[in-house]
Amino acid sequence: MKNLINLILWKVALGVLTLFAVSLIIFTGVQMLPGDFATEILGQAATAEAVAAIRESLGLDLPAHQRYFAWVGDLLTGDFGTAFSSGRDVAELIGPRLWNTVFLAGLTAMIAVPVALALGLICAVYRDSWFDRAVNFVTLASISFPEFFVAYVLMLWLAVNAGLLPVLSDVDINSTLSERIYLSILPALTLTLGVLAHMVRMTKISLVSLLENEYIETARLKGNSELRVLARHALPNAWAPVANVVALNLAYLITGVVVVEAVFVYPGMGQLMVDAVQVRDIPVVQSCALIFAVAYVLVNLAADVISTATNPRLLHPK
Amino acid sequence: MTTLLLPRRRRLPFRLTPSAALGVAIILFYAVLAVFAPQLAPYGEAEIVGSQFELWSEAFPLGTDNLGRDVLSRLIYGARNTIGITLTATFLAFVIGTGFGLWAAGKGGAVDRFLSTAVNVFMSIPLLIFALLLLALFGTSLVSLVVIVALLEATRVYRVVRAVAMNVMVSDYVEVARVRGEGLLWILWSEVLPNIRISLFAELGLRFCFIFLLISGLSFLGLGIQPPAADWGSMVKEYSALIAYGDITPLLPAGAIATLSISVNLVVDWLVRSRTQR
Repeated sequence: MKNLINLILWKVALGVLTLFAVSLIIFTGVQMLPGDFATEILGQAATAEAVAAIRESLGLDLPAHQRYFAWVGDLLTGDFGTAFSSGRDVAELIGPRLWNTVFLAGLTAMIAVPVALALGLICAVYRDSWFDRAVNFVTLASISFPEFFVAYVLMLWLAVNAGLLPVLSDVDINSTLSERIYLSILPALTLTLGVLAHMVRMTKISLVSLLENEYIETARLKGNSELRVLARHALPNAWAPVANVVALNLAYLITGVVVVEAVFVYPGMGQLMVDAVQVRDIPVVQSCALIFAVAYVLVNLAADVISTATNPRLLHPK
Repeated sequence: MTTLLLPRRRRLPFRLTPSAALGVAIILFYAVLAVFAPQLAPYGEAEIVGSQFELWSEAFPLGTDNLGRDVLSRLIYGARNTIGITLTATFLAFVIGTGFGLWAAGKGGAVDRFLSTAVNVFMSIPLLIFALLLLALFGTSLVSLVVIVALLEATRVYRVVRAVAMNVMVSDYVEVARVRGEGLLWILWSEVLPNIRISLFAELGLRFCFIFLLISGLSFLGLGIQPPAADWGSMVKEYSALIAYGDITPLLPAGAIATLSISVNLVVDWLVRSRTQR
């Protein structure tokens, strides 16, 4: 047990170190900006005095390490700076967008995770059946398809031709929960299709290797029913792979949402970041990149910790 | 009987499965479109030849776009631009990734630890998000697009090349070459590289797909290949308004991206399978 706690603490420490490195990369990237914030704000024709004044007010004349710690300190207290383009507080811009994106990702996970686990289980138990082969083929196809292709096909089919769902997902703060779900279902379905095949395949592979273990064979030879073998002997050991599958799914969603939000004009973080990149609004881009990267690191860390913590060999040492 | 005694020549497998043959056929089709675009396209790439959003007709087989340009011609030129830029970025990513990967595997020790840690840290930021950040910093010119995509994808190539090259570096024949007094560069070039070539081919195909989808995605977001150059990703965005009227035109460039990428995957799949079965 002590080993396990040490191992988890070690992984958390590594995660924190990764977060530090990620923030450093993003900070350094912005430092490499040709010119700097001051010339970006004022344009190339600005006078030297004006540039110097802005530099001083933004603290750009301080050495880099001081600026880095000031930046991280501000971030931790919720101060993300001011957007170039609108002059608004970045935290204020991001707040509602972040909630929308979390909602969309959550809805997708609620659809994708149970379906993927069920299909993966079926494929693992009935290996090499026609069902398994069909899933294999669809996996290959869906990995190759760009998200916007799937998105527009679904849009044409379900929204335009069948008229079941709205074409655009313009949720706002006043939308009720049911409106929200109704408006978000099409982007959520697109994301589900994008991630499903991968998850099914991963679930299947990890379950197949689990079912090849000798203790499963022993359980079968004892005369247990196949269902009991699965429920009592296989699945308790499947936590780690399942946690990994779910984490990979969520990590994929982080990049998947960017394109899908653009297709459905869904007001989330991805849209915000793309718009900011177009006008080169660096404070907004920097904050969005940091939030996406932190989410990505944390999701992977959580999966790692869960799969360690539920490993039966570590839980019940000899 | 004598053939059994001779060392068998290891060759790339040449017997195509039906799915791989289909993949090769589609790839060749797009390759011909890309190479002979000016000869095949009925109109010029950015030439305004009709009024806006004309329907499919004899003069314009797939109609015209939002500026009155011929959709078919733009699709054909799009093959050239999109595939050309993807190939450039893939080539760059490969040279950088393979170079560093071989170097890390060959040198080992501090060089390997430093490079691998750096790559791991870079890979802890989602690729698309990293690309967006860098595009915001350096602007959305064609050069910065290719360089940014190539550098980011090179980290993925590095991981694969280092891993397979590591396996070869511990083999007996490399040991023999070392004892013989061969230099590291010679060993990497004549012993390691030929022995990892099938893994490299498979990785090349996969990487092409990822880069192709990434660049198309960025173009779709308006951050990749810039107008007036025809490009499949940006064409999807330009025509996207039509979908609300039940017009399938936006699906044509999107479908072109999907079919090319699935074809490359089919060929890679076949390559990997036929290797593991031997």
